[in-house]
Amino acid sequence: MIEVMTSNYAAAHGARLAKVEVIAAYPITPQSSISEKLAEMSVKGELHGQYILVESEHSAMSLLIGASYVGARTFTATSSQGLALMHEMLYWATGARRPIVMIVASRAMAPPWNIWGDQMDVIGERDTGWMQFFCENNQETLDTIIMSYKIAEDRSVMLPAMVVEDGFILSHTFEAVDLPNQDDVDDFLPKFNPELKIDFNDPRRFGGLVMPDWWSEFRYRIAQDMEGAKKKIVEVDKEFGKKFGRTYGGLVEFYNCDDADVVLALAGSAVGTAKDVSDKMRERGKKVGVVKIKALRPLPAEELRKLNDMVPVVGVFDRSFNFGHGGGIFSEMRNGIYTPDGGPLIKNYVGGMGGRDFTPKHMEWVFEDLLRIKKEGKVDRMIEWIPLRDGTGRWY
Amino acid sequence: MPILETYKDLPSTPVTFYSTESNKTGTWRTVRPTFNESKCTRCYICWKYCPDLSVEVANEGDFPKIDYDYCKGCGICANECPSEAIVMEKEAHK
Repeated sequence: MIEVMTSNYAAAHGARLAKVEVIAAYPITPQSSISEKLAEMSVKGELHGQYILVESEHSAMSLLIGASYVGARTFTATSSQGLALMHEMLYWATGARRPIVMIVASRAMAPPWNIWGDQMDVIGERDTGWMQFFCENNQETLDTIIMSYKIAEDRSVMLPAMVVEDGFILSHTFEAVDLPNQDDVDDFLPKFNPELKIDFNDPRRFGGLVMPDWWSEFRYRIAQDMEGAKKKIVEVDKEFGKKFGRTYGGLVEFYNCDDADVVLALAGSAVGTAKDVSDKMRERGKKVGVVKIKALRPLPAEELRKLNDMVPVVGVFDRSFNFGHGGGIFSEMRNGIYTPDGGPLIKNYVGGMGGRDFTPKHMEWVFEDLLRIKKEGKVDRMIEWIPLRDGTGRWY
Repeated sequence: MPILETYKDLPSTPVTFYSTESNKTGTWRTVRPTFNESKCTRCYICWKYCPDLSVEVANEGDFPKIDYDYCKGCGICANECPSEAIVMEKEAHK
């Protein structure tokens, strides 16, 4: 059934269809309409699970960890400062191996106060051991939530998953969304059945102290399972495609890349803009491609390394600036692509932050800049912020 | 309890398969509570306050008994006792 809805409502429907058993969330823009919709579904009896009010995001995540320990399928939604407040418990969810699924309507981190779309919040949490899946449109938000449970709850994975939708750009934009029917989702997604859970008839202690002589092994196990999750993600994406007719490339989607001169790698809603611009530029004979980063964690390094043989120039777009040498996705890309033998020329474009429009015009400028780099054979400026009032008059 | 040799043997979630009962924390003690029945009014404040459940009252009306297998010697019982029936003494090291 096709309905017109925002990505936030698509997320709520995704959680409903996944038959989540416990939801705990605290309102924050631009996530709020997800938890409001879930609360409404709960009151109307449309929700399989229980909606629990909490006093903060830290409490929301803590509650879900407990609920997950008894074997419940759990869900929450947050943004920006709320995600930051959860930070401590994000590590707990990972270490305790709880397959919690959370949607983040990504938003800028204050100050100055800014409620708009920006991936700084989620990029800042990329090392907490959560899987991170970025969405390009509202349909993908719904589908990714359903797929995330199947991936996260697999006994070989048992890691939490963060589904990312760009704040406002997706969260508050209406699009046609195909709502799968419940029977098909039930058929695709088995009940959560963890190997170990809290059972009063068979008591155990969870999350106790581990001495230094076993700590590395616990970390290594998580690292291994995160690596192993890559196979599962690709598998689940294919299976989802068979059942529902939609796939998202597994970990990475190479769009218009086969004979490309240059490609732009990026994550989130801007992927759609890049694809459109790429199509239009190809009509004019300009061979530009798009690398859609669906999963930032686990980092699909093997897939990204294929770019070594595909193109001489790679651009990376960051919709945030996480204070480092270039944006967060840029750092990840270089880490993924480069081998001891080197790699392609690479340049970072930082833009579309804090709700700033990043239009097809900007995107075209990026592709043209990459084509220029290919022609000149060198990167003159590794990190470029666009648009930026830098006094050059290029943008305004 | 399973035998753990490599990281592969670890359970999918950090879990301990045995009870905390096997962890006899009494060895941590440097001071021990000593109990004087003649001063005790059996108010059971010590039983209420002990953070380690190391003060036991088997039946109502009995004198409280300290379980030295687990008592860590924190001294809360002695501090709270209104009748000074519990006194902390330096642990005798052999």
